[in-house]
Amino acid sequence: MVEKTPLLDFFTYAFLIIGIFIVGFPIIYSLIAATLPLEDVSRVPMPFIPGDQFLVNMKEAWTRGDLGTQIFNSFVMASGITVGKIAISMIGAFSIVYFDYRFRAAAFASVFCTLMLPVEVRIMPTYEVAANLLGPLQPVWDFLHMDGLISWFAGHDMEVILNWSLLDSYTGLILPLVASATCTFLFRQFFLTVPEELCEAAKMDGASPMMFFRKVLFPLSKTNIAALVVIEFVYGYNQYLWPLLVTTNPKMTTAVIGLQNLIPQADDLPEWNIALGAAVLVMLPPILVVLFMQRWFVKGLIEKEK
Amino acid sequence: MIKRSFFKSSYLPYLLIFPQVIITLTFFYWPALQGLIQSFHLSDPFGIESRFVWFYNYIELFTDPLYLKSILITVVFSMSVASVSLGLGLFLATMANRALKAKPLVRTMLIWPYAVAPAISGIMWLFLLHPSYGIIALGIKRWLGIDWNPVLNGTDAMAMITMAAAWKQISYNFVFFVAGLQAIPKSLIEAAAIDGASPFRRFWTITFPLLSPTFFFLSVMNIIYSFFETFGVIHTVTQGGPGGSTNILVYKVYQDGFVGLNLGSSSAQSVVLMALIIFITFLQFRFVEKKVQYTG
Repeated sequence: MVEKTPLLDFFTYAFLIIGIFIVGFPIIYSLIAATLPLEDVSRVPMPFIPGDQFLVNMKEAWTRGDLGTQIFNSFVMASGITVGKIAISMIGAFSIVYFDYRFRAAAFASVFCTLMLPVEVRIMPTYEVAANLLGPLQPVWDFLHMDGLISWFAGHDMEVILNWSLLDSYTGLILPLVASATCTFLFRQFFLTVPEELCEAAKMDGASPMMFFRKVLFPLSKTNIAALVVIEFVYGYNQYLWPLLVTTNPKMTTAVIGLQNLIPQADDLPEWNIALGAAVLVMLPPILVVLFMQRWFVKGLIEKEK
Repeated sequence: MIKRSFFKSSYLPYLLIFPQVIITLTFFYWPALQGLIQSFHLSDPFGIESRFVWFYNYIELFTDPLYLKSILITVVFSMSVASVSLGLGLFLATMANRALKAKPLVRTMLIWPYAVAPAISGIMWLFLLHPSYGIIALGIKRWLGIDWNPVLNGTDAMAMITMAAAWKQISYNFVFFVAGLQAIPKSLIEAAAIDGASPFRRFWTITFPLLSPTFFFLSVMNIIYSFFETFGVIHTVTQGGPGGSTNILVYKVYQDGFVGLNLGSSSAQSVVLMALIIFITFLQFRFVEKKVQYTG
């Protein structure tokens, strides 16, 4: 600091400790609640000393909420989104930066404009697409009178209805969320800062474009990839609206959504210890990822959104 | 922009951009277009018959008192979430920036709530503010003498979801404010100190104005967050209730379309939201180009 301000320094630390406490309080409190038996957790106010029922509550939450399956689903969804997003946007950015072709600008603009179309503003129609991925092709099919053609081939009347549903499947959970304007933009910005000489040298040595991508660009992008992995994993794991729409089967739903069934309603036993135990368990994976990869997390967050 | 030295290939660039384009077309543009078309149609709940009705859905929408109420609720909600989380985020970041010891530890302790899903944040705050079991609710009732009941009272329910949504966002703002504070040249602060400016004066006349780009950017991001990403909080905690008092626009789109099966109205609402986010994005980019410089 610039000058000595003992009083202000004292307040700085005091406020920081209070701030950390306030920020951490809901989680600490939930953790305590998760260790208590039912009669303690429904006492008002709830005791602040952790009980010994932690494992019992966790086991109950695990079986009742089918957390094993749902956390596994969350993991599949989060990893699928992470890998898919990074792979697709990286090759997309490579195409935009390192090639010259007629629709380059149009392709970039179309990807970029998806920023303005978050899933929340197109809930119903996106659901319809997911319910029948081939729906958009049906008018084309009808327009071309393909039914007639097929009937002619088969010798009797036939009607073809194109149907390919993504509901209640991992593909449905992952695929609509893997397009990312921000990731593409980030890789584009990064590729633009890569020295021209590298590409010239690679070309002079006779490297093919994909060879250049694999041997030069990919290794250079490692820190960016690490940062994005953290951000996108947390993003994918915490998705709410989309999994809520595409999954109806409890075996296919994700953990964050499944939790809602454990919240005690007005007429139920107030089993908050189990609900909060499950909540703590479900939020653990992304928290661990952020804590252990904090450096990448901060880098990713700031670079991705600026 | 393109590199000075680039590759030539007749098929490879198309192949590489293809996955991105096909996904955006199928899951972004096609549905958006469908939404736009549907918003001009009136159809029965089973989607069998539909009729072109021009702006009927929009006129209905903007003369519907429930929708106007929802707009008001959303504005109040997003303003409260943004001010609570920006205020606390800035305060904690300034403090953390002042701290000399244990900087990494302080940062770690303030960053981790970012990883908590909004819906889970909602569950925890529901417990803390629960009218019969919540410890904070108990404090409010006992010390402030308020008859706190977010299950029945709309204002209380709004306060509850605001807390749940803002709490999670503090960490996000904190990260950006810390980065912004670190980018401010030390020499400016030192020069002001030599001229005898007190720490508070320095904050308001140097630090805060230099942080204003970050502040603007974060305001936009917080408003977008509270408009769209807080869906999980509403769905787990209040489901728009009691009596529609927490029925923000995004939740209303879901309810009218998915639960109420009123496709025309739901699509019209989607289009309104789309227009809104396009407006916000343009605003952001105009401003970003003119004024904001990030150094990293």
